[in-house]
Amino acid sequence: MPNNPLSFRPERKSEVEKSHRTKPSTAHRVGHGLRSVYLDNAAATPLDAKVLKAMLPYFSSIAANPSSLHSAGQAANKAVTQARKSIAEIINGHADEIIFTSGGTESDNLAINGIISVIPISNSVIPAKAGIQNPMDPRIRKDDKRESLPHVVTTAIEHHAILELLTRLQKNGAIDLTVIKPQKNGVVKVDDIMSAVNDRTVLVSVMYANNEIGTIQPIGDIGRAILKYRAAKRGTLYEVRGTFPLFHSDACQAAGYLDLNVEKLHVDLLTLNGGKIYGPKGIGLLFVRRGVKLSPTVIGGGQERGLRSGTENVPGIVGMAKALELVQKNHEKESKRLAQFRDRLIKGLLRIPKSRLNGDPAERLPNNVNISFMDIEGEAAMLYLDAKGISCSTGSACASTSLDPSHVILALGMSYEAAHGSLRFSLGHDTIRSDIDYVIKVMPGIVEMLRKISPVTLDMSHF
Amino acid sequence: MTKPTNSPDITPRKNSDGGFYSDVVKDHFFHPKNFMEDESAYKADGQGVVGSPACGDVMRVWIKVDPKTERLTDCRWKTFGCASAIAATSMMSTMVIENNGMTLEQARQIRPQDIMERLGGLPARKIHCSVLGDKALRSAINDYYRKSGQIDKIEIEQGRVIDKVLKITDHDIEEAVLEGADTLDKIQSKTKVGTGDPSCIPEVEQLMKFYKEKYFG
Ligand code: FES
Repeated sequence: MPNNPLSFRPERKSEVEKSHRTKPSTAHRVGHGLRSVYLDNAAATPLDAKVLKAMLPYFSSIAANPSSLHSAGQAANKAVTQARKSIAEIINGHADEIIFTSGGTESDNLAINGIISVIPISNSVIPAKAGIQNPMDPRIRKDDKRESLPHVVTTAIEHHAILELLTRLQKNGAIDLTVIKPQKNGVVKVDDIMSAVNDRTVLVSVMYANNEIGTIQPIGDIGRAILKYRAAKRGTLYEVRGTFPLFHSDACQAAGYLDLNVEKLHVDLLTLNGGKIYGPKGIGLLFVRRGVKLSPTVIGGGQERGLRSGTENVPGIVGMAKALELVQKNHEKESKRLAQFRDRLIKGLLRIPKSRLNGDPAERLPNNVNISFMDIEGEAAMLYLDAKGISCSTGSACASTSLDPSHVILALGMSYEAAHGSLRFSLGHDTIRSDIDYVIKVMPGIVEMLRKISPVTLDMSHF
Repeated sequence: MTKPTNSPDITPRKNSDGGFYSDVVKDHFFHPKNFMEDESAYKADGQGVVGSPACGDVMRVWIKVDPKTERLTDCRWKTFGCASAIAATSMMSTMVIENNGMTLEQARQIRPQDIMERLGGLPARKIHCSVLGDKALRSAINDYYRKSGQIDKIEIEQGRVIDKVLKITDHDIEEAVLEGADTLDKIQSKTKVGTGDPSCIPEVEQLMKFYKEKYFG
């Protein structure tokens, strides 16, 4: 039986592929004769050879501490300064607005903790009610307390680095939190965000593009609306006139494909990271607009304007700058190329019965495909694909350490089962057309096989 | 004649870091044995179904029984779940019908750790999936007894009530441990045990220790 999914033989690569790259990196594609198709670029990207080349000297020949005054130290210092400058140029900011961190998660944490801890505590616990000075006053009700806390607005589809931290701060009584649900297509409405903003709102955090379903949020529009709100607002408990709310966006997934001009996005804080843009892992940055006051989360020798102490990760910083330069230089062309593949893959996979695309078909990153196959479980499907040499990921509960299904897919109003059977394919620089066709070819058999052994048959009218 | 293996409780640790699934697990996952191909054409003597509270997975088991010997002559299944859930049910179906089949009483005694041992261990956070298969099997056996009029042989799994206020049983604690709760805090956040009746907490801690040792060595 040629197409029997039960006979799980590794697929051989038959044709010679021609990559779009001038120098195709085919080594990883043909190892052991098993065709290897890496479609998990939203999780991690391979390091670009040019980035590695730029980084190498800073591991050995220029390895001094940038804070040292000797000439070796100054050479390292120069590299960091240069990297900072080039990144600032790309995002249309200033060099002193770039704070290097260890990655996206740390940048998100610095943005949130940094803001919340500069809010004066006394102000945040004493209700703004006339006459009450003592925070222990029995007349203070729980609601009064909540209503006196600094308020944060975010969305239900943020990365855990945002959501987990914010819910923890809320539990600890440090903030009042509003979590906005996206529309069914995974895009948040500007009005929904703005109607949650109030006089106590100190921060609005909305990701630029979602890591699971790839939907792109209207960051520029939200930014503009916030500017308008600020301008019309008088000073409050926490602020001099018009400072708050600040606007933060996590752009880790967007950086490879979208415009990062902070003046167009109107963000006060922007998170970027190296490991998703063909740069090194373990490096990231937070753009902090001039005039925004943050308190440091890592304290020590005062590097990074005192906001993030610790000897600079020089090779990482150099690599991050190079990677950002390369992806941004090519982002329009590459977006066009991948969007075609993306749409081809979506079209091909949706031919499988009982499948659904998660997230808007157009307002999404050019490299993201996220589809739910009903009646099957995603981790099993992922491993069957893996046996065919295809790497992807899933929003299934079974694959998460907490045994919770994807909060993003649930936030779209999709069922638990839909989250369970969701697969994410994230395309990248190495993706070629025949990779897409290969997935389209093997997927139906896998779904069919897993449905054969599944006791679940959902009624599609519910979706 | 097969008896449920009386092996010492196995430790899943050997597979819990890195390597993930053993070759046996992979074999049963990629080449599942005895799964139900065509329900409508199958005359089952008993069937059972369970769902996992942990991750929402479902498992269904069908059995055929020789009425004279009360041995299992066939065991079919369907599973909605991860690789270990699929492999565990597949392995279980193999174990109960090999060597002329287990008697119903033997099959009833089969424990998750027997299945896990035959699978060469499961990663720690996947152990909870393997407890589904034998539960579904026991419910299929009860179904057979019900259908064949042997009502006295039906065994309802009840467990012993630990928290009298919230009616939480030792099974609930066992399940919580299998799902990865290894501290009193985590067990409480899963089951709320002791929040109604704090006097049971020492016993909960005892049970937790017992099940932790039983499953995780
Ligand atoms: S069946 Fe859900 S984790 Fe195994």
